[in-house]
Amino acid sequence: MNISVAIDAVPQDALPSASEAGPAPKRVVVAYGFWIFLLSDIIMFAALFASYAVLVHSTAGGPTGAQLFNQKTVAIETACLLVSSYACGLMSLAINSRRYLRTYLGALITFALGAAFLTLEIREFANMIAIGATPERSAFLSAFFTLVGCHGLHVTLGLVWLAVMMVQVAVMGFDATVQRRLLCFSLFWHALDIVWVGLFTVVYLMGVSP
Amino acid sequence: MNLLGKLDWSAIPLNQPIVMGATAFMVLIVVAILGFITMKGAWLYLWREWLTSVDHKRIGVMYCVLALVMLLRGFSDAIMMRAQQAVAAGGAQGYLPPEHFDQIFSAHGTIMIFFMAMPFVVGVMNFAVPLQLGVRDVAFPTLNSVSFWLTASGALLINVSLAVGEFSKAGWWGYPPLSELQFSPGVGVDYYLWSLQISGLGTLLAGINFVTTILKLRAPGMSYMRMPVFCWTALATNLLIVAAFPVLTAVLAMLLLDRYLGFHFFTNDAGGNQMLYANLFWVWGHPEVYILVLPAFGIFSEVIATFSGKPLFGYRSMVAATMTICILSFLVWLHHFFTMGASANVNGFFGVMSMIIALPTGVKIFNWLFTMYGGRVRFSVPVLWSIGFMVTFVIGGMTGVLQAVPPADFQLHNSVFLIAHFHNVIIGGVVFGLMAGYNYWFPKAFGFALDERWGKAAFWCWFVGFYLAFMPLYLLGLMGMTRRMQHYADLSWQPWLLVAMAGTVIILGGIACQIIQLVVSIRARDKLRVTADPWNGRTLEWATTSPPPAWNFAVQPRVSGRDALWSSKQRALATKEEAPPARVYEPIEMPKNSATGFVTAFFAVVIGFAMIWHIWWMAGLGVFGAFVTLLAFAFRRRSEIEVPAEQIARFDRAHQAGAAA
Amino acid sequence: MTEARYDRAPGDRPSREMQASAPSPLFVYTTGLFLAVLLTATSFWAANTSLLWPGGVALGLAVLAIAQMGVHLVFFLHITTGPESTNNVLALAFGVLIVFVVVAGSMWIMADMSQNMLMPSPAPMSMQMQH
Repeated sequence: MNISVAIDAVPQDALPSASEAGPAPKRVVVAYGFWIFLLSDIIMFAALFASYAVLVHSTAGGPTGAQLFNQKTVAIETACLLVSSYACGLMSLAINSRRYLRTYLGALITFALGAAFLTLEIREFANMIAIGATPERSAFLSAFFTLVGCHGLHVTLGLVWLAVMMVQVAVMGFDATVQRRLLCFSLFWHALDIVWVGLFTVVYLMGVSP
Repeated sequence: MNLLGKLDWSAIPLNQPIVMGATAFMVLIVVAILGFITMKGAWLYLWREWLTSVDHKRIGVMYCVLALVMLLRGFSDAIMMRAQQAVAAGGAQGYLPPEHFDQIFSAHGTIMIFFMAMPFVVGVMNFAVPLQLGVRDVAFPTLNSVSFWLTASGALLINVSLAVGEFSKAGWWGYPPLSELQFSPGVGVDYYLWSLQISGLGTLLAGINFVTTILKLRAPGMSYMRMPVFCWTALATNLLIVAAFPVLTAVLAMLLLDRYLGFHFFTNDAGGNQMLYANLFWVWGHPEVYILVLPAFGIFSEVIATFSGKPLFGYRSMVAATMTICILSFLVWLHHFFTMGASANVNGFFGVMSMIIALPTGVKIFNWLFTMYGGRVRFSVPVLWSIGFMVTFVIGGMTGVLQAVPPADFQLHNSVFLIAHFHNVIIGGVVFGLMAGYNYWFPKAFGFALDERWGKAAFWCWFVGFYLAFMPLYLLGLMGMTRRMQHYADLSWQPWLLVAMAGTVIILGGIACQIIQLVVSIRARDKLRVTADPWNGRTLEWATTSPPPAWNFAVQPRVSGRDALWSSKQRALATKEEAPPARVYEPIEMPKNSATGFVTAFFAVVIGFAMIWHIWWMAGLGVFGAFVTLLAFAFRRRSEIEVPAEQIARFDRAHQAGAAA
Repeated sequence: MTEARYDRAPGDRPSREMQASAPSPLFVYTTGLFLAVLLTATSFWAANTSLLWPGGVALGLAVLAIAQMGVHLVFFLHITTGPESTNNVLALAFGVLIVFVVVAGSMWIMADMSQNMLMPSPAPMSMQMQH
C-alpha cells in the first residue's frame, strides 16, 4: 500500500485555532524558546533565593544585613534599573519602526543606566569586603554575595549582549534575525528587573526592616 | 605560580594497576576507532555528515551511541563492585581498596544517570519527536547540536578522570561535608562538578528546545489532543528538565564556590548548612528520575499500541496521568532523606505525596494492559521488553510505595533494599523502555531491522539476569546490609551476593547479545532491509522512508485525527485509491550544518579541565574561545540552505516506486 | 482557507487587528514606569516607617513586590490573558508554581529540620540510668 496516498488524502479543512495551524512563525518560536529559557533562569534564582532565606541568619558572629546594607544606594540602583528597563522598552518601539537613531539612543541609555547599576553594586561589594564582610566570613555573606552577584553577572552579560546587538544592527541592519534577537534581549532585560524587584525586597528591605 | 596549576606527572595513577589497566584498555579502543576511521578515509564524511550535523536524526543517533558506549563503562564499574562484594566477606578485603571502591560506586552512579540514561532518553526523543509531529526539525537545530556536544564533553571529562587524577569518592550525589575541600582535597569532586555543570547546561538547552518544538512546531491539524502519546511524555519530560536542571546548576555552583573561593554554603564552620545541599540536590533529583522514566512510558505506549494493532486505550487518561506525574514529581523530593532530621509533619506530607504519585502510573499500566486486551499482539522484541517492563516496574514501584512510608523507610534507607528498588524501576522502567525503543526505531533510522533472534536472547538475558542480580538485594537489605560496603563481616550475606554476581554476569551476556545483534544485523543489512513502515505503524514517522531524507517529509503532512498515519491508511484502504495524486513539490529551507556545537564542546572541555586542575590562564582562554565561537555563530551570513524542489521530487518519486505494494 | 491564527510571541507587540483598538505603546510603557515607581517608593517607605505594625511589614513588602512584578509583566512584557497569549501565560504559571514550591518547600523543610534537631535539654540523672 502506498503511504503517500494516505498522507495527502487528508481533507484540507480550515484551520481555526493556533494549536492546529501548523508550525508557528519563526519570531514566535524564537521568542517562546527564550521565554522558556528565562523561566529556567528564574528557577535557578529561586534556588539561590531559597538558600539565602535558609542562611540569612547564619552570620557566624559576623556582620548582619541590617549592619551592612545602605538603603540609599539600593534605591538609586533600583531607579537605574527601572529606568533602564523603560529605556529598553522605548528602544523596542524604535526597533519595531526600524528607526536607527532612536534605537542607538535607546540602547545607549539602557546601557548607561545598566552600567551605573553595576558600578554602584561593585562599589557596594568592595566596601563590604574592605571592612571584612567577605563571602568567606559566614554562610549568610556567601549566600548574599552569590545571590546578588549572580544577578549582577546577568546584568553584565546583558550589557555585553546589548553592545554586540548594536554592532549587529550597524552591520546587518534590521534583518529579521536581528529583530528576533533584540526581542529576546528586551525579554531578558525586563526579566532582570523583575528579579531585582524580588532581590531588593527580600534581601535589602526585609533585611533592614525592624 | 605554576603554569600548569595542580597538574603534574603524579596525576597519572601509575601505582594503581587496575586503573592503569582500564586506562590502557580505553586508550586502545580509542586508538583502534580512530585508526579504523583513518583507514576508511572517512574523516571528511564524519565531519560533514555527523560532527557538524544539525539534523535531529543524526544528533539523536549520536546521543544513543554515546549512551551505549557509556553503558559499557558504567557496567564495568557494576561488575567490579559485584565481584568485590562477592569475595570480601568475613575478614577478606577483596581486590579493591576502599579509595578505589569509593570512586567506582561514585562513577557508576554518575555515569549511568548522566551519561547513559539521560543521553539515551534525549537521543530517542531527538530522533522520534520531530518525525512524530510531522515537522522537519526541532525549533533550534544548531542549539541541538550544541546540547549534544556539551553532553559529550562532560562524558569526556569523566573518562579523562580515569587516566589523569582521580574521580570523586563522595557518591553520585556528592553530599558535603565529604565533598568539601576539607575532606576531598583532591581533584575527584572537581571532575564530578565540572562534568555535570557542562553536561547539565547541554541538557537544559535541549529541554528548552523540545518544549518549544512540541508546543510551537507541529504539523497542521495536529492539535494537542492529536499528538502521539510519546510526544506528550516528551513534553512532560522536557518541562521537568527546564524546571529541575536550574536547581542542580545552582546547588553544584554553590559547592564549587565553597571549594574554589572558600564560601560557606555547606561547610562545617561559619554557619554552613549541609542539609541545604541534600534538600536542593533532591529538588532536582526526584524530577530527574521522572525525566528518565516518562519517555520510557511514552515508548511503551507507542510499541504496545502498534504491536497490538489497536489504538492506545484511554488516550485522554494517559495524557492526564502524564501531566499529573509531571506536576506531582515536584512535590515528593523529601522522601530521599526521610531519615535526616525532619519532623513527622514534614515526613508525613511527603510520604503521602509519594504514595499519591503511584496512582497516575497505575492508570498507565492499566491502559497498556487494556490496549493489549482484545488486540492481536505480535510478540516482537519491543513487545517482549514492554511486557518485561510491566512485570518488573510494578514490583519496583511497589517497593517504592513501601519505602514511602516514613517508619518503614527508617529501617530501609540507604540499605541495599533501596539499591534494589531504584535499580528495579530504572532498569525495569528506563532501560527496558530504551531497549524497546532502540529495537522499534532502529529500522527507521538505518533502513534495516535488527536481528530478531539475538534481540530475544538479549532480552531474556537481561530479564533473568536482572532478577538474579537484584532480588537478593531486597533480602539483604532487610537483613541489614548497608549500601556501598567495600567489605562486610556477616558471612550469611555472601551466598546472596554470589547470586547477585551470577545475575550480573547474565546481564553481561545480555549486553554481549546486543553487541552481537548489532554486528550481525549490520553484516546482514541487505537481507534485513525494510520499507517505510515495517511494523504497520500508527504514527507519522512511519509515513516517510527508512531512513528518512534530511527534510523528513517531501510534502508537509496534514493531520485530521489521532494516530495520524493509521487513520490515513484506513481511509486509503476504504476508498481503494490506486494511483497517488500528483504531488506538488516546493523547495524546502533546511538549517545549515554548523561546527558551532563541536567547537563549543572543545572549549567546554578546555574550560572544565583547566578549572579542575587550577590552570587559570587556560580557563580564561577557553572562555574567550567560547565567546568568539558564539560571535562567529551570531554573525554568520546564512543559516539555511534551500533544497530545490527538483531534488525532493526525485527522491520522493524514487522511493514511492519502491514502497508501492 | 481562512487565515490561521498564531500565538503571540512573548514580549511582542499585539497583532495588527489588536493594535487598532490598543492604547499607544508609548503610553503603555510610561504608565508602567509610573506605576512601578509608585510601588517601589511605597516599598521603601513601608520598610522604614514606624507607622505600620512590624509584623505586617514583611507581608506588605511581599505583596508590593508581586504587584511590581505584575506591572513589569503587563506593561513592559505585554503579557495578557487573551487566547493568543495562553501558552505564554501557562509557561509563566508553571514557572511561578515551581518557584513557589522550591522556595516555600525548602524554607519549610529546613526550618522544620532545624527545629527538630535542636539539642534536647539534659534529662535528670535517674532517667538516664534506666536501661
